[in-house]
Amino acid sequence: MFKILAKKILASGIKLFEIEAPLVARKALPGQFIVLKIDEYGERIPLTIYEYTRDKGTISIIFQEVGKSTMQLGTLNEGDCLSDIIGPLGCPTKIEKVGRVVTIGGGVGTAVIYPITRSLKEANNRVTSIIGARTRELLILKEEMEKASDELFITTDDGSYGRHGLVTDELKRLIDEGEKIDLIFAIGPVIMMKAVSNLAKQYNLKTMVSLNSIMVDGTGMCGCCRVTVKGRTKFVCVDGPDFEAEGVDFDELMNRQRIYLNEERLSIERYRERECRRNG
Amino acid sequence: MAKIIKEKTPIPEQDPKIRRQNFNEVALGYSEEDALREASRCLGCKDSPCLAGCPVEIDIPAFISLIKERDYLGAVRKIKEKNALPAICGRVCPQETQCEQYCTLGKRFEPVAIGRLERFVADYEMVNTKDLQPITCSSPNGKSIAVVGSGPAGLTAAADLAKLDYKVTIFEALHKTGGVLVYGIPEFRLPKAIVEQEVEFVKRLGVELKLSVVIGRTLTIDDLFSEGYDAIFVGVGAGLPHFMDIPGENLNGVYSANEYLTRVNLMKAYLFPEYDTPIKKGKRVAVVGGGNVAMDAARTALRLGADQVFIIYRRSQVEMPARREEVHHAEEEGIEFKTLTNPTRIIGDKQGWVKEIECIRMELGEPDDSGRRRPIPIEGSLFKIEVDIVVMAIGNGANPLLTSATPDMAINKWGYIITDDEGRTTKKGVYAGGDIVTGSATVISAMGAGKRAVRAIHKDLTE
Repeated sequence: MFKILAKKILASGIKLFEIEAPLVARKALPGQFIVLKIDEYGERIPLTIYEYTRDKGTISIIFQEVGKSTMQLGTLNEGDCLSDIIGPLGCPTKIEKVGRVVTIGGGVGTAVIYPITRSLKEANNRVTSIIGARTRELLILKEEMEKASDELFITTDDGSYGRHGLVTDELKRLIDEGEKIDLIFAIGPVIMMKAVSNLAKQYNLKTMVSLNSIMVDGTGMCGCCRVTVKGRTKFVCVDGPDFEAEGVDFDELMNRQRIYLNEERLSIERYRERECRRNG
Repeated sequence: MAKIIKEKTPIPEQDPKIRRQNFNEVALGYSEEDALREASRCLGCKDSPCLAGCPVEIDIPAFISLIKERDYLGAVRKIKEKNALPAICGRVCPQETQCEQYCTLGKRFEPVAIGRLERFVADYEMVNTKDLQPITCSSPNGKSIAVVGSGPAGLTAAADLAKLDYKVTIFEALHKTGGVLVYGIPEFRLPKAIVEQEVEFVKRLGVELKLSVVIGRTLTIDDLFSEGYDAIFVGVGAGLPHFMDIPGENLNGVYSANEYLTRVNLMKAYLFPEYDTPIKKGKRVAVVGGGNVAMDAARTALRLGADQVFIIYRRSQVEMPARREEVHHAEEEGIEFKTLTNPTRIIGDKQGWVKEIECIRMELGEPDDSGRRRPIPIEGSLFKIEVDIVVMAIGNGANPLLTSATPDMAINKWGYIITDDEGRTTKKGVYAGGDIVTGSATVISAMGAGKRAVRAIHKDLTE
């Protein structure tokens, strides 16, 4: 059993857990993820490791309540236990000094870009970050990202905070300013990663993305997470999660993320009904 | 002398029309009367040819003779001297190509149903033994062994090591013990409660289990050595699903058999939404492949509510690697066999869901490397089958998770671990067996490999 040591609400429906998982903490590196299972009935869900503290033996995860499992996860509190945490899984992000890097986090993807941003800066890159959210209330990790990068720009879709627009608008501005960009790292909704990739391609800029496909085991055994990269099938769980954006079939990925939409809806309805009944 | 009964005592089964709608076990097992009748068929040959066919060296005539004496617990104890998993083996071993193939009776009549008798006594013990005390070893020998993977190879190695007084710890990547026995083989062929009880027996021998630990990620082989283990047995299975590399394989509705079966068996998606893991329930399902896994996937699809399920296989039924019994069960349940047929592409609708599978008819040419006649496409014979789910059950390759984290342990060009005949890898103190050495094979051959490796471990650590 894996105990939740701390819980923090970062925004409406976005929560952070610090969890006791000494073996995972000992090996974790930026870019890696865990597979988590809440209880006997739970599904196995992949979540990126946000932070790890080796000497304390803890890892932190950030999740958005989008489906039944994450909603249920959100109801847990400090002292509660999760039945399983498996990891660290996936290949760690390749962190090296390349010069100037732009890291981009969209929505809860900011939680994934944060450890990468920090490591890139620690590796003596000049790091410019862009984080975006639909609206001010959903913006997370502003201070952390400020600390982790040399400069930070913020966008909101509705203009309630920072620049009114999308992260790609801000990226376009940086490109147009003319200072050389050696690498872009973009993590967020697939549609955002696709937009960044398309924009970067026009300027011949290399972009890395971290993909978030549906998984079951997370160890290469089931192939559920497969994605087409440069015409070849790759498994996100073992070949990734990081891939060079150019060549990723984002449309296929988006489509595959929709496989269980109907089941997810059913599951949420049933969960809400039961919660209602339980809470009177 | 009593007249010889020429045929095996039939094993009662669920009616095909009923069982295709439930996940309960198909074969119901012998009654005491059935078992006594079947045991009476054993000639008790002096040279016991059946022994040569058992990879885990069970004293077959001895246990059958105990059944004749109605000492069923004695019979199961006799089996467990060699095999910790009799209820599993009695259900899933291909006895027809092993012990039963060598049965003297089988030369003229049907062989003794050794597997069914093994199952009978194992089940008898589960029902009639309440005493679940630990079976502690006489005195620990002071050495500890790590077993990586809790499938048939790992469980067998662990049990044998514990019997030799080693302190054994199994590391399992998944959240449940049993490997392919829990994620792969369906409930209707091997109930998970049976696996749990046999795992319980292995635990009673003093074996410790650590779940959700991925060796190669959470810990490496060298980490295990630094934790003080004297030797390590690797039995992680093959575990990397093959696809055909044809267009349309990443459409929504295409599964690997591993994913399809894992969702249903390990994650209990057939009980969704009571369990959280979903699965797509197709109306028309195509399963590509001709092995036991293909049969399992097809019969699972039927039980999930499909109207029509097709097995698509490129050779003819004679060449199918699946057990006859499983093919027969599948046929009884109404699975349609499209043999001498090979998929060429999967066609999707506008929303990216599977709509049709395009196939080409095949004919058999000269024998290939496997000794089976090579299937050759017949030009101009393309046709389409309307389906909404496709399951690829064409085998597994070597999962590189552990081997890539252990670069000083040699693998062959397909990624399988290289060992000597006794299971020693090229890395000192590391042994391996099962599918990660041989490629996809059977439960019992993995168990045999586990047993062989234990002998090598014991030899190397005591000499």
